[in-house]
Amino acid sequence: MNTYEYRKLKNTLASGLALACVILALIPLIYILAEVVMKGAPAMSWEFLTRRTTGTGEPGEGIGNAIFGTLLLVFYAALIGLPIGILTGIYVSEYGNNKLGTIVRFFNDVLANFPSIVVGLLAYALVVAYLNVGFSLIAGSVALAIIMIPIVANTTEEALRMVPNSLREGALALGVPRWRTVLKVMLANGRAGIVTGALLAVARVSGETAPLLLTAFYSSYWSLSPTEPIASLPLTIFRNFNSPSEVLLQQAWGAALVLILLVLTLNIGVRLLMKSKAKKSKAVKMKWMTRLSRKA
Amino acid sequence: MAKRKGLRSRRRPPRFGGDLVFEYSVMGAATLTLALVWLLVVRMVFDSQASIERFGFGFLSGGVWDPNRDVYGALPFIFGTLLTTGIAVLIGVPLSIGIAVYLSELAPPWLRGPLSSVVELLAAVPSVIYGLWAMYTLRPVMVNSVEPFLKSLLGWTPLFQGDPVGLDKFTAGIILAIMIIPTIASVSKEAMMAVPESQREAALSLGATRYETTRMAVLSYARSGIFGACILGLGRAVGETMAVTMTIGNANKISWSLLDPGQTMASLIANNWGEAQGLQLSALIEVGLVLFAVALAVNIFARLMVGRFMKNIPATGGGL
Amino acid sequence: MDDKIVTQGLNAYFGDVHAIKGIDIHIPSNAITAIIGPSGCGKSTLIRCMNRMHEVMRGARVTGKVLLDGQDIYSSQMDPVLVRTKVGMVFQKPNPFPTMSIYDNVVAGMRLNGERNWRKLDAVVERSLKLAALWDEVKHQLDASGVSISGGQQQRLCIARALAVEPEALLLDEPCSALDPIATAKIEDLLFDLKDKYTIVIVTHNMQQAARVADFTAFMYLGELVEFGVTKKVFENPDKELTEKYITGRFG
Repeated sequence: MNTYEYRKLKNTLASGLALACVILALIPLIYILAEVVMKGAPAMSWEFLTRRTTGTGEPGEGIGNAIFGTLLLVFYAALIGLPIGILTGIYVSEYGNNKLGTIVRFFNDVLANFPSIVVGLLAYALVVAYLNVGFSLIAGSVALAIIMIPIVANTTEEALRMVPNSLREGALALGVPRWRTVLKVMLANGRAGIVTGALLAVARVSGETAPLLLTAFYSSYWSLSPTEPIASLPLTIFRNFNSPSEVLLQQAWGAALVLILLVLTLNIGVRLLMKSKAKKSKAVKMKWMTRLSRKA
Repeated sequence: MAKRKGLRSRRRPPRFGGDLVFEYSVMGAATLTLALVWLLVVRMVFDSQASIERFGFGFLSGGVWDPNRDVYGALPFIFGTLLTTGIAVLIGVPLSIGIAVYLSELAPPWLRGPLSSVVELLAAVPSVIYGLWAMYTLRPVMVNSVEPFLKSLLGWTPLFQGDPVGLDKFTAGIILAIMIIPTIASVSKEAMMAVPESQREAALSLGATRYETTRMAVLSYARSGIFGACILGLGRAVGETMAVTMTIGNANKISWSLLDPGQTMASLIANNWGEAQGLQLSALIEVGLVLFAVALAVNIFARLMVGRFMKNIPATGGGL
Repeated sequence: MDDKIVTQGLNAYFGDVHAIKGIDIHIPSNAITAIIGPSGCGKSTLIRCMNRMHEVMRGARVTGKVLLDGQDIYSSQMDPVLVRTKVGMVFQKPNPFPTMSIYDNVVAGMRLNGERNWRKLDAVVERSLKLAALWDEVKHQLDASGVSISGGQQQRLCIARALAVEPEALLLDEPCSALDPIATAKIEDLLFDLKDKYTIVIVTHNMQQAARVADFTAFMYLGELVEFGVTKKVFENPDKELTEKYITGRFG
């Protein structure tokens, strides 16, 4: 019985250890959230959110231009990255049962985990240096778009794969051209999955810092021009994180709070969306089934 | 391709113009990714030409990075990357596997979903916020308790020399460990959950405890997936930039002591970008090229390892 | 004749589904008892309750008693781990550990108890594999992977693995359903040889198999025990009409 008790003990210890690992990993998460809220909240005010920074640390300035810059960067990135990502996903799912499809799928998987600073180098080499645009909004957006593409492509492929084959075949059998089948039937059914992917991609790039450092750089002015450098929340944090100026440091924490709210809202929203996805996609499927049968 | 088209046109009515246009446009989008990767390599080789011609292979073994003398070598940063990644993997892997075991084998069913989501939220926190947190919360803890303790314990080894300052390779390694946990934990969890129930039943029916079942039936069955997960985490640690840049102390020299500041390939680029010109810029891009090669190799290897168990899951299908 | 396993008012549930409804059954020692019945009648669940494997599944619950040699295995003092070493189990699909060799598969259970003496382990491997009628086929490839052999051999390997822990009873959950007729015949012969030493309970949906190997047969329907008795009696002169209908194939 001695070995038996030893085995029981080992079992209890191992279970406890596994639980301890989970708790240990949650500590930083909770700590970070608490810290960002506690140090960022005092900075919050209408002026702080709407005024631009002068970069000199004068009291009363804010992070308005950085918030605006981040929104602009992400908007342009989505404008470039989402269509390409979705089309890539369609290709891999609908036409990708060949060598090219396999290669594309593989490289998307690899790129999805690729260091973002290397992507930043690519956008730098391409837009800043080669096209000679210089540090700019558009260079930053291209970098973020490249990060978005594999995420969106992978989730689109997953979503389309979930669409029942019967639906695809049903539409094709009715003589609906393939491209319309994909665009109307398939995308309508995979919509929830694709939206999920798009939101996840947006959440991911909103917090990206290194590629922006290499491409969009920083500016303390309001700017709309695609060819000018632009401020962003992540870079506000990076530039000010060890600043001796209380005001600038406060800007870093305030920016961190705004950024983390943005990113976590998107992430938690996506998780809730995914939960209701199953229900919705069933409803959409029914809608298309009836529509197709009516046509027939 | 030609053969496929031939078959298709025989089976179906002649394709509409729209079909062709559509197929070629999605194919174009898909190949764009490949083109970008290819372009990246070409541009980087081109842009780092000056440095490559000047230093040759000596670049990789050169221990000096001195803009004043215009002499550049990447060894300190390769070294720093290896050391911080090593710390991260050493600390992150056991923790992550513990988490994965808890989530896949031990957690009550109602807790499993929410807890997995929370662990994945760790991955959603932007790197720069990890850096900010590390600077103001982790660093004091490191300086005041962790590092003096380790120094008193392991001060006789070359790894723990010098005074604790908190902005060093060890702190960077810790923050990296935290950051790679969600990657390793969630991919390992998937691998473990893909183990057929019959394997667990086999072990349990022999009188194995839950722990023994996990070791005997789950961990050994899922080992290639777990290994792949660790390599994926390693890949993330190699390329992670901001949090490291903000905590590693930024010293362009080689030192074995974890309590000394250092520099990784990624943090070097982030730190010197915008100021670098001429040969230094070229050398920075060459460092980026090395980082690219390492990350590519690590990620491809990890994908192949993870792919092996993914293949057994019918829903995922696909070649890889 | 003494009874090895006795259930008293045994109920089993999957979530809200009531799979086993108040079953009282006496499994005799050193005999083969077959449990037959249509798919989904709860026969697998019944034997899984006999070594506490039912509760492993999510949402599964058990009420009532299962006595092993007069001791309730569901009492709070009983550890399922110990119960399972006394009552071994073989599953529907062969499930050897793919990462272990044939040798390691057989001694997997013994290694749990910290047995490291290789002479002893060697002896157990040889004895168990001989009992499972597999020794002659694999004695030259003991280092090969547990899944490198044929399905029938894998199932016999699983039997050997279960026997190596020296259980008192052996539960077999449709052990031949994934096997071809030749492999099935081999396993049936093997059960016949084993019954002198072990109490055997076999779940099967193959009535000929029950008639061939079992000393006693239980017929279950919709989670209830309809009839239990000596095999010959159950097959040739059943008490219940339902049993007769099932056995003669005039069911439903």
